[in-house]
Amino acid sequence: MKLRFSRKTLCIPYAVFLLFFVIAPMLVIVFYAFTDKNNHVSFTNFLQFFSDPMKLSTIVYSVVIALITTVICLLIAYPVACILARSKMKRKHIILLLFVTPMWINFVLRVNAIRELINWIGLLGETNYANTVFGMVYDFLPFMILPLYTTISKIDNSLYEASADLGANAATTFFRVTLPLSFSGIISGITMVFLPSMTNYVVSDMLGNSKITIIGKFIETYFGTDWHMGSMIALILLLVVLVTSVLTGGFKSEESVRGANL
Amino acid sequence: MKKKIAIKCLKAAFIGLVLLLLYAPILLLAVYSFSSTNTIGTSGSFSFAHYKKLFGDPVILTMIGNTLLLALLAAILSTILGTTGALGMYYLKRRQKAFLNGVSQIPVVNAEIVTALALAIAFVSVGISKSYFTLLIGHMVICTPFVVLSVLPKLKQMDNSLYEAALDLGANPAKALFRVVLPQIIPGVVSGFMLAVTLSLDDYIVTSYTKPAGFDTISTYVFNATMKGNAHTAETLASFWALTTLIFVIILAVVLVANFSGRRKKEAKK
Repeated sequence: MKLRFSRKTLCIPYAVFLLFFVIAPMLVIVFYAFTDKNNHVSFTNFLQFFSDPMKLSTIVYSVVIALITTVICLLIAYPVACILARSKMKRKHIILLLFVTPMWINFVLRVNAIRELINWIGLLGETNYANTVFGMVYDFLPFMILPLYTTISKIDNSLYEASADLGANAATTFFRVTLPLSFSGIISGITMVFLPSMTNYVVSDMLGNSKITIIGKFIETYFGTDWHMGSMIALILLLVVLVTSVLTGGFKSEESVRGANL
Repeated sequence: MKKKIAIKCLKAAFIGLVLLLLYAPILLLAVYSFSSTNTIGTSGSFSFAHYKKLFGDPVILTMIGNTLLLALLAAILSTILGTTGALGMYYLKRRQKAFLNGVSQIPVVNAEIVTALALAIAFVSVGISKSYFTLLIGHMVICTPFVVLSVLPKLKQMDNSLYEAALDLGANPAKALFRVVLPQIIPGVVSGFMLAVTLSLDDYIVTSYTKPAGFDTISTYVFNATMKGNAHTAETLASFWALTTLIFVIILAVVLVANFSGRRKKEAKK
């Protein structure tokens, strides 16, 4: 039988690529997570992870840093997005671009710039915790601003007029109209800031003087010593991420990715 | 009326303050990149010493070249793989499509460290030692899904009857794809390519896990120089100020040119 060209066959190279370099590595991680040093099936990694107070406290510590980062990002980004989206200014597009532009400088160079600034002020190595949170807010702020700006600018102007006509003041309009209608933007902003703040150890290493251990760093330290435990933590993180992304309706906001479509 | 103006000023001040914070580190480096001092905060005279160091050090130049070449290669390969992938995926049956799309999104939602660790362990497990090939694969894993994500929406907007018409008029499927489908999705392909370039240029974690020893990109070189400092001199660290400034100016120029030329086109259409 002659193989007929069909448009579907075009996805075969990509499917093979995904099989070898995405699915297979994940299976390898699962294998390592549920085996011990002699490659026997074992649940000790799993049990150890949930019974070791040192590991659990690292996780909690990391989650707290990520939470604080996310809340600060939201508190800064929401007013920025709101002001820009509702402004009638002609050039607001350029101001939005100004918020995104620093993001296109190489990530490590950007963190290095913050490191130099903190060093200049004299706080490098002094306030590791605050420095790390500052760096993360700085780096992940655009991820919060973009989805918020997109959803707020989609809100129909007549809703604000209707709200005002019906006697609502500015605060009521905000809480009853703007906030509920921008909820999807808030969710996608939170997911895009929270995960990197738990895992991107470049920021915590360079600004926290290597004294702050977040989950990403935790996994990295196990890469050198114990692949089985490292795989287990990575696997748990992967499951948490997958469940969250299914719950929040998957990753659909491609317009918010790094301002590619600005 | 007065209250309205006050609120307006307050809003502008807030935006200005956040922007100032965002640009403070970059401006600080930009100012000191033109000085002779190697320590920020100490005084020095106006000088191009840091730029001379940047363009005169073969090690630094090599790592910049490495970064650019890798980004270009990874982006080209990812764009080809991602575009054909998105095309094929679009014509699949619904469940197969949902499955492939789901797998494709794993590297997008996944923490980078998990992707990196999984790749590194998998390579070692099957006996592949780290090389330029593994590095390229690592970058393609993080870039290609984003190409797919930017091409798929364009396929959904496409007019399907044009492809059918091309076949009716005697074009073979390959020709119809190239001449009819591809031109309709090209904006998605271009933005996917640009996204792939920026993702590759920006990456540290996957690079550090898949790169061969002795090979450095800007990310790994700067990270190692600042964090494991002994082998690097103060001049090297200060040359990063010049590099940051240079990259920032290039990006600013590209953004402004793209913005104004885009605006002119829109106005011309009106």
